[in-house]
Amino acid sequence: MSSENILELRGLQKHFKVGGAFGRGKTLIKAVDGVDFTVGRGETVGLVGESGCGKTTVGRTVMKIYEPTAGSIIFEGEDISKLSRKDMKVRRSKMQMIFQDPYASLNPRHTVGTIIEAAYIIHKIEPAGGRVKAIQELLEMVGLNPEHINRFPHEFSGGQRQRIGIARALALKPHLIVADEPVSALDVSIQAQVVNLLDDLQKELGLSYLFVAHDLSVVQHISDRVVVMYLGKVMEIATTAELFANPRHPYTKALLSAVPIPDPIIERKRERIILTGDLPSPANPPTGCVFSTRCWKAQDRCISEAPLPIQISPNHTLACHYPEGTDTP
Amino acid sequence: MTKFLEVKNLSVSFPTEDGLVKASNDVSYSVDLGKTLAIVGESGSGKSVSNLAIMGLHNRATTQISGSAFLNLDEGPIDVITAPEETVRRLRGKVMSMIFQDPMSALHPYFSVGNQIAEAWSLYNEGSKRDGMKRAAEMLDLVGIPSAADRVKDYPHQFSGGMRQRVMIAMALVNNPKLLIADEPTTALDVTVQSQILKLIQEIQKEFNMAVILITHDLGVVAEVADNVCVMYGGKIVETSAIDEIFYRSQHPYTTALLDSIPRVDKFGSHRLKAISGQPPSLIGLPKGCSFAPRCQFVSHVAGSRCTTEDPELTEKAKDHFARCFLSTEQIHTLTGRSVTA
Repeated sequence: MSSENILELRGLQKHFKVGGAFGRGKTLIKAVDGVDFTVGRGETVGLVGESGCGKTTVGRTVMKIYEPTAGSIIFEGEDISKLSRKDMKVRRSKMQMIFQDPYASLNPRHTVGTIIEAAYIIHKIEPAGGRVKAIQELLEMVGLNPEHINRFPHEFSGGQRQRIGIARALALKPHLIVADEPVSALDVSIQAQVVNLLDDLQKELGLSYLFVAHDLSVVQHISDRVVVMYLGKVMEIATTAELFANPRHPYTKALLSAVPIPDPIIERKRERIILTGDLPSPANPPTGCVFSTRCWKAQDRCISEAPLPIQISPNHTLACHYPEGTDTP
Repeated sequence: MTKFLEVKNLSVSFPTEDGLVKASNDVSYSVDLGKTLAIVGESGSGKSVSNLAIMGLHNRATTQISGSAFLNLDEGPIDVITAPEETVRRLRGKVMSMIFQDPMSALHPYFSVGNQIAEAWSLYNEGSKRDGMKRAAEMLDLVGIPSAADRVKDYPHQFSGGMRQRVMIAMALVNNPKLLIADEPTTALDVTVQSQILKLIQEIQKEFNMAVILITHDLGVVAEVADNVCVMYGGKIVETSAIDEIFYRSQHPYTTALLDSIPRVDKFGSHRLKAISGQPPSLIGLPKGCSFAPRCQFVSHVAGSRCTTEDPELTEKAKDHFARCFLSTEQIHTLTGRSVTA
């Protein structure tokens, strides 16, 4: 892990008010409710959890697409959580986002060239050698034919479109990339291509990634550290090797055991932890530990008192009263 | 021995302005009662269309279907491809049922789930509306929905994604079908819910001795539930055999490449993924020769550029193990580093 952090989140909260007619009876959804973690320079941090756990909201709040409700976002040593849109614009050239759906995130009426050039226009940048040359270099860098600069998104396949999205994110030479499910819309045989591309670009450009995804196999492959979220809270943070070999939070353990392994002999021998029930509604989260309603180890204390994240070793943080691998009941 | 469902040389094509889309090309497979056949492939590989044809869900006026699909029923075999629509309609929901990927768009938002399950039941059973709702409650209980008797009156939007998929399964199974076709039943669900639903399908299959066809792109899911596997590519079956044969003694470069390209939670290390270059073929005007040839890394090992001029037949490479490749068993096992012996 790098000694310097490019991104640090402290007590980040994002609450949404939803529903209610004429301003009455609105419910408060605590999508992100007190999240702390860091991303080191050159590091890839995977952010995982089931749908509705708030992982995408964290990514978008980091980018200040959403204004945080509370807490601070320290990017390259500066708290950006309260910056205005205008002030944010300058910082945002150093932090860029890749989106999930390569079909929805590119304007169908613009050519690839126009889509990528927008970054230069907005930030009034004139790259050395001209914009066209810079764009063609970007296309080449992400494995597309530079001659295709005047083509439209519909002329490309899903994997190629995701490459266009990556080229656009790289145009301003960012330091941090927030990738929100960048491969989950792609076919299995194409996923590996894009994962490898992200790997190569990181090595080449020294990028840091916040990699938001639900697919634990992909996260395991690409991440240096992993943050596990559940209902807006962090359950466990550890280095990838540590987390996958020695998960301490019951939720992490259940999540890992649910991921099917493409190996029939292993599958037949495997003991699965099948969680009962569904994710509770974030509008009405359980008291105490948010996972207590589905946890097989839950005690009275779990219902009355929310566990705080505790650093149990230099590279392992955990929020659980009765973690796995201890002899407590 | 005859299998419960026997599909032979089934082809499904759609004429379009751009040309004939050969979505499913000369596909044959079978599945027995109590067994699970997984059909694996990427989007556009034709894994769904042949099963929609079995269910009689294609518009016969705009779809070209040839081949046969026999259901071996107690009263004798019926070919659901050539049988009159009325006959197929009477089998649908009774003998064969289907569940779909997206339970939200498959359920009607205006009717209670009990009402929708009861409707499926009333097509084949005499009884009052009240009997139907009672049966619906039994089914919801069977698929593990808590306080089923109360929840029959609830509407689809009041259920979570996993619970909706359970409702779909309840509806599909209300008339005790012998064949269940599950088209990506867990793709829209979270992994923890996915394992619940897969376990549920397996339990119900055992209880009612059903034949299950599971259509999926996820080789992990296949490893978890399948007995036999068909791997599809470009509208054709490129390899088919028993599950262990496919995973440990694969005889087709596409299958091995696919298995090598996916990251696994149980394998650490920042090794580079072995990506498959290029992209899946368009189903309009497929190239001559093997449809995987443009992406295959072993093309040069077959003499005389045969891969690009001639389409290999599906041949029996080992006992009950068929693959569509010119390479010999020994060649492919040497090239992919997989063992030849069991």
